[in-house]
Amino acid sequence: MHQESEIRKPLILGNKSYKDITDDIIRPVQGKANKYWWIVFTLASATFTWGIICLCYTIGTGIGVWGSNNGVDWAWDITNFVWWIGIGHAGTLISAVLLLFRQKWRMAINRSAEAMTIFAVMCAAIFVTMHTGRPWLDYWLFPLPNQFGSLWINFNSPLVWDVFAVSTYFSVSLVFWYTGLIPDFATIRDRMTKPLAKKIYTLLSFGWSGRSKDWTRFEEVSLVLAGLSTPLVFSVHSIVSTDFATAVLPGWHATIFPPYFVAGAVFSGFAMVLTLILIMRKVFSLESYINIKHIEYMNIVIIITGSIVGVAYLTELFMSWYAGVEYEQYAFINRATGPYWWAYALMMTCNVISPQLFWFKKIRTSLIATFILSIVVNIGMWFERFVIIVPTLCRTYLPSTWNMYHPTFVDIGIFTGTIGMFFTFFLLFARFFPVIAQSELKSILKSSGSEYKKQGH
Amino acid sequence: MSKVTVHGIYDDDEQLKNGAIKIVGMGLHVKEVFSPFPVHGIDPIIGVKRTLLPITSFIYGCTGALLATWMMWYMMISDWPTEIGGKPNFTYLVNWPAFIPITFESTVLCAAHGMAITFFIRSWLMPGVTPKNPDLRTTDNKFLMLLEVNQDDLGRVQSALKETGASEVNVQ
Repeated sequence: MHQESEIRKPLILGNKSYKDITDDIIRPVQGKANKYWWIVFTLASATFTWGIICLCYTIGTGIGVWGSNNGVDWAWDITNFVWWIGIGHAGTLISAVLLLFRQKWRMAINRSAEAMTIFAVMCAAIFVTMHTGRPWLDYWLFPLPNQFGSLWINFNSPLVWDVFAVSTYFSVSLVFWYTGLIPDFATIRDRMTKPLAKKIYTLLSFGWSGRSKDWTRFEEVSLVLAGLSTPLVFSVHSIVSTDFATAVLPGWHATIFPPYFVAGAVFSGFAMVLTLILIMRKVFSLESYINIKHIEYMNIVIIITGSIVGVAYLTELFMSWYAGVEYEQYAFINRATGPYWWAYALMMTCNVISPQLFWFKKIRTSLIATFILSIVVNIGMWFERFVIIVPTLCRTYLPSTWNMYHPTFVDIGIFTGTIGMFFTFFLLFARFFPVIAQSELKSILKSSGSEYKKQGH
Repeated sequence: MSKVTVHGIYDDDEQLKNGAIKIVGMGLHVKEVFSPFPVHGIDPIIGVKRTLLPITSFIYGCTGALLATWMMWYMMISDWPTEIGGKPNFTYLVNWPAFIPITFESTVLCAAHGMAITFFIRSWLMPGVTPKNPDLRTTDNKFLMLLEVNQDDLGRVQSALKETGASEVNVQ
């Protein structure tokens, strides 16, 4: 058995047995949904439906119904795409990078963080597929023979890299998540008494029986998938950043973009994980498994990534001044003092100042403060992408193309629709899937359970 | 001689391991172990060999890298060379930096999916498969050792299992 130092705080609180872990995690799946679940689910699915209506309107009429115009041709669509993809990154970081570093605290949160990744990438995919204007021709993005167009796709283009990166990221995350779910589905299957539910969970569990050979293979697959997902998570947002960095626009053409985007992605992703998990632990009474220690660790990641983002902002400013290129300097003056100065100010406050509050132990161990700050960070990170895209495009080289951008009700509808979709899917996940990887938690019970630690096991 | 199936059910993974050591020490074979989570260290005791799955993943990864290289060479260099942004189109090698991201993505895609699919086929995990765990509690909190022993050995196997802390011993 793995031994853990006495100094380390226990990860599983209370006097829990293996059976208690199963009971606690499967209770929401076996029981009925409460009133609050239905209220939030109705709200989320209504917003989602409105989003679908706006999407249909866009497809039927064309993307002229968006606020994007001749100068600002990328606006809310790509802002939302980058925001959602960024949010997804925390899930992979928690499940893959923390697995490689043998961080046991990830076991309580990896399942829901991975679910969040998958739903966030689905939301992001809506924007990229729609922003092409004629989404029914999106198969042109794939390398298909010449009959479909006049040429092959251009493999020199970061936009094509993005197609490959995002689709690989989505499918690998899905496989990673599902493989981890199989043993837990088997647990639910073996406890279900209703015939239909039993049948469904039997199908979902792929006939898992927990043989030792299967466990060995399972662990090896998880480890290798983690090893593969780790460079993947860094590559995806690096490639997203090259969509901007390889362009010749001042304010976009910067080598700092890949690391700065990756740090920002992890930063916003952890904030979203915290928002979801703080609600989830309360609603499903999972306080014994997701305790203050977990929240504190996540807040520490937020301080680090938030500081990297802060340093990146300042480096950008310094470099634009130091490079001495007039256009580059103007791009940043325009961001800070131009027509969208308020977005820049909001971004700086939410992303640079607010995470620094977590240096205080009182704040980073306070659930309410964490919840509020996690939402503040998500707002800030949305504005970061907005500041990169809109103020830059509304003041480019040619003053004759300078104009303002105003979102239409369709832009707002699709964006809120994706938030609705994200929460609809997450609520369904929380209702029917085991929200914590209970087979993993059981494996650390004896080394990290508070009662076992007291007994000096 | 007729064989009987014995289920030694334990509440604790360490006790199960001790039980397995004892049974193997008696010269008997542990047919299978079912557990709610991976019991580290049980494999060498019951004679489960190390899996070769990571090697298959490496091979799938190499295949993915080669496929992507061939695809981009064929499309960008051989079939329809196009000058894009002054980037050379007459040789793959010179234009290679632009092809790194997709080569990488294809490597990861093939390695991950290939390995997962091999795992599912090798362990025969797919929708519609009937689970083989003999006791439903093994996916919850019990650890089960499955033995097939001769009638003659039954007595000493039962006592060995009990001695090492088995909470139940079922003979079928």
